[in-house]
Amino acid sequence: MPRIERAHLEKLAGYPFVVVSWVDDAGYPLSAATEFTVDATAGVVALRAPAGDAAAIPVDREINVLGSHIHPTPGQGYDERRYLQLWGTAGAADAATGAAGAADAGWVRFTPTEAWGWDESEIPFFEYSERSVPQSRRYLAQLSEEQGRTIRPRLSLGWLFLRTTRLPFLSATAVPVLLGIAVAARGGAFDAWLALLTIVGAAFAHLAINVTNDIFDTLSGADEANVNPTQFSGGSRVLIYDLVTLRQLVALAIALFGGAAAIGLALVWVTGSATLLWIGLIGIGLGVAYTAPPLKLVYRGLGEIAVAIGFGPVMLLGAYVVQTGTLTAEAAVASVPVAILVALILYVNEIPDRVGDAAAGKRTLPVRLPQRAVIGLYVAGVVVSFGVVIGGVVAQVLPLATLLALLAAPLAWQVYGGISRFYAQPYALMAYMGVNVKLHLYVGLLLLAGYVVAIVATMIAIPQLA
Amino acid sequence: MAWLPAPVERLLEEALVGELTVIGRDGRPITHPLIPLYDGERIYMHSSTLFSRKLEHIKRNPHVSVSLTDPIAMRGLTDRATIQGTARIIEDDPHSQWERLILDMWRKKEPVIDAFLKMRVALPLFFERAVIEITPERCLYWADGDTTRAPAVTGAPRDEAA
Repeated sequence: MPRIERAHLEKLAGYPFVVVSWVDDAGYPLSAATEFTVDATAGVVALRAPAGDAAAIPVDREINVLGSHIHPTPGQGYDERRYLQLWGTAGAADAATGAAGAADAGWVRFTPTEAWGWDESEIPFFEYSERSVPQSRRYLAQLSEEQGRTIRPRLSLGWLFLRTTRLPFLSATAVPVLLGIAVAARGGAFDAWLALLTIVGAAFAHLAINVTNDIFDTLSGADEANVNPTQFSGGSRVLIYDLVTLRQLVALAIALFGGAAAIGLALVWVTGSATLLWIGLIGIGLGVAYTAPPLKLVYRGLGEIAVAIGFGPVMLLGAYVVQTGTLTAEAAVASVPVAILVALILYVNEIPDRVGDAAAGKRTLPVRLPQRAVIGLYVAGVVVSFGVVIGGVVAQVLPLATLLALLAAPLAWQVYGGISRFYAQPYALMAYMGVNVKLHLYVGLLLLAGYVVAIVATMIAIPQLA
Repeated sequence: MAWLPAPVERLLEEALVGELTVIGRDGRPITHPLIPLYDGERIYMHSSTLFSRKLEHIKRNPHVSVSLTDPIAMRGLTDRATIQGTARIIEDDPHSQWERLILDMWRKKEPVIDAFLKMRVALPLFFERAVIEITPERCLYWADGDTTRAPAVTGAPRDEAA
């Protein structure tokens, strides 16, 4: 327990009443609410003595004084949760005269020595919970020992799979793969079965990489050191929470990699494309080397580039090559905004993770750079992304309708505002991390819509839009 | 058998926050604000394994007290009470046993719990919980919450307190 400080007493003074507790002569805790005044300078609290022998505050043993503000809002939960409890001893009534407002008989003088409490405005509930994870693991281990069987936390299989694989992040794969297929289709190459296999294979690869990264981030201690995980950052935490074992996670990664490899090799065999084989190997290599030794790209500040390449050109060109067998400048240019924006998802997600990452030796850009540079680099990334779309259209590499992607630009402005205001507030930042994910998704879908317009324009002979 | 005074039962039925005091390893009292539930005979509180030190304390020393003190947490009721008793931890299956035992009582008192339960995927350990079943043995009751007047003290019938 922390030793008592003046700040504790000043905080206690803000509560409307206190609950005084002690252990009675029968060995039971006993509590009574009462009025109080605080003299923070003298380090004492005057407590109005509850009346009657049954509730008389004892002066021969330690007592506990609690101030609590956990106000329920029916139908919504609880707000402004905070409480503070102090331990110490009570003096006889006549000793209370030294405490402010306690000159009357019927008051006792409480001299606290230790304090403990929680204030959600200082430690948000989610962080408080994360900091308590070791206690949960310890308790369940002890309970398992007491009951002679293993007791572990659980989640239903569906939710566990979603959480373990971080399934919602599949949009990062869907966008470039669909765009690659659309670029190929605009050139007249489209095979629906190959397209479907490409999507499924890429999804397997992405989920396999997610799980692999989780394994290495947990083993390195990076995820455990992070007490501010959000739905976008801090890993799946399934190992830290003991929802799965390391062995189960490794088996899942192998199964997912196996599925990705089988589909990838089938596509190489069907298309006969050595280029596709190389693209696949680069993608898997980047994904594993992202957190795995010896390269550990993300630990060296190369994570953003690895993600940009993997979820930009690798996915988009891979899907394009499956359909066409070749590479073109158009496909490469179309992959640039998607690549930058997906890297910016990781980049913004790394902002709340930077303390945990730094502790684990993960030298991401937000760890290396000061706040101003981190925000400046975000703006630069967004400007280049939209600039490439405009330049691509002006140079007649991209179809005119891909300018639709500019409609998503206001989202980038929102994210810029969010990271500027809430740089040091992980949970306030979470909403803007969500907007940033949408920015990548919407730009990708709008580019895709631009290509669909171009394909339809070709079919109905409107050359200006084709 | 129910023996708590009717006004105290009313406080238990209304309270959305009460104070559970347990006895720590070194014999000192430690207080935890929690939601009390009441089935007409016993008081039920509950704790996530995340915040399970109180459970460890109760296992070492099952003597506890529950205080009902804050009018804002009791929908405006100004009476106050402290109930002393003996606690038992029920945790054969921390994942779902608490749902079977107390979820209906919790839902009746605070329907928002259903919204929180939907977040189970986000906070899986928060919903690994133990139930603290408290058998009341002695009750101190302050009408109008005025602790400058001596409380009315009631004890459980002898077979209850055993």
